[in-house]
Parts: sequence; C-alpha cells; structure tokens
Amino acid sequence: MLLIHCPYCEATLPELEFTYAGEAHIARPADPSTMSDEQWRDFLFIRTNARGPHFERWRHAHGCGRFFNAVRDTVSDKFLLTYKAGEPKPESLPE
Amino acid sequence: MTTPMTTASAVSLSLLPEFPRYSLRIDPADVSAASEVLGLELPTRPGQRAATGSRLALCLGPDEWVLYTDEADAQAVEAAFAALYPVTPHSLIAISDRERTITLSGPQAAELLSTSCPRDLTAIAPGTGTRTVFDTVQIVLLRDSESDFRIEVGRSFLPHVWALLERANRELAAGL
Ligand SMILES: [Zn+2]
Repeated sequence: MLLIHCPYCEATLPELEFTYAGEAHIARPADPSTMSDEQWRDFLFIRTNARGPHFERWRHAHGCGRFFNAVRDTVSDKFLLTYKAGEPKPESLPE
Repeated sequence: MTTPMTTASAVSLSLLPEFPRYSLRIDPADVSAASEVLGLELPTRPGQRAATGSRLALCLGPDEWVLYTDEADAQAVEAAFAALYPVTPHSLIAISDRERTITLSGPQAAELLSTSCPRDLTAIAPGTGTRTVFDTVQIVLLRDSESDFRIEVGRSFLPHVWALLERANRELAAGL
C-alpha cells in the first residue's frame, strides 16, 4: 500500500484514506465563450500523460477532507512531494 | 445488537446508546468565536480534541469539527450557535441519527482494530482521534486510553463493522 503525506494533517497515511483527482495546475479558462472548439477540447481532455514526475491532485477524503497537490513518479509510483492546494507549482523536485 | 456480546471475546465490545452529535464547519479565522460560545477552545490541528463537562470536540480537518454532548446539554449547544449565526457565518448540523458508537476495551483493542483499519494505531495517541476507514467503511476513531477506543460509524454500516469486529474478536480469543 502507498503511504501519502497529507500537507494538512502533516502526517503520512495509508492510501486507502485518499482519492485521486486528476492532473494538477489546470486552470479553468476565464471566458470559455471566447475559445475555439479545439482549445476547449484541449482544456477538457488533453493531459500531460507524463512518464516520470506527474503533478496531480489528491483528496484526503477519509481524513481531513482537503484537496492537495502531489508529485508522483509514474514509473516508480513514488510520491516525491505533496503541497497544499493553491500553492505554486514547485520549480524543483527532491531527488 | 443493543447488548454486549459473545462469550469468548478478547476485547470487550459494546454499542453505546444514542447521544447528540454535531458537525461544525467554520472558517479557521473565526474559530475563536465558536470556541467562545462553546466554552472550550476548539483545537486547530486535525486529530486533536478538547472537552469540558459533557462536551467533546474533535478536529477532523482545518475547518471541520465533530461535537459530542449529552441529551441534557443539546439545546444549550444549539442555542449558543443559533445566537452566533447573525454575526459569524458557520454551519452546525445535527448528525446524531447518522452514526452509532461502538466501544472497544481491553489490552488487545488496538490489535482487534488493526484487522481492518490501515492506520498505524501506535501513531494515534490516547486523547486524540481521527477520521479514517475500517474495512471499506469511513469511521471516526477516538482513542481514549492505551486500551480504549471508540468507533463512530454510519448506522447503515453498523451491522457490517460489528460483524467484522465480532468475528476477529473470536479469533483473537481463540489465539489465532
Ligand atoms: Zn489530511
């Protein structure tokens, strides 16, 4: 079982308490009516599909209930970092 | 299911009678206003709890608490928060009927819990609590002492959780 660090509980807790919530740092367009169909499609469906570090949202659903962001290596399934929702995307990652 | 059960059991399990519970949601910046009307200082770290008289508050998340009290005090709690509504926005929801409480007591209580709870129970100190899961069921787990726990479980999940506890308890008693 994966152990995930919740930045709100400040504890490393079993995966079973968490739910995955898709890629992180995807901002909803401010004015969708000005976008082309292709741009709207990209916003809705096109994702990074990273091989390696992936920025993604998680929710501590059966704990504090908060959404937060995580960086998970999609090859090793290791969590590199977690941080609170709303915080900027980290520029560098721990080894 | 209203009485203590089983003859051969390692851990003493019981189902508590119903009592008033509330879910409190309030902006962390306004916590002190809620603490004031409640007469106890609401803890702000998930897992911590505070008590006064019959009132017990457990912090579940940065803006979420669960409050327990007894029948005699329920109206006073509701009235206190009703008076707070016009000045400080918050939500106080009665959830008394949503859950039931199972108590687990005995030196092997943590071992019994560990059969279906993925948490590291040694990291849950006496006098704290948390929301977590038991089997696939969301619960609120309170640890009252080294060997005393309480499980708050949604009433529709009670037969499932109870049956799992009862079976594992028989296995513990049999030395399995
Ligand atoms: Zn959490």
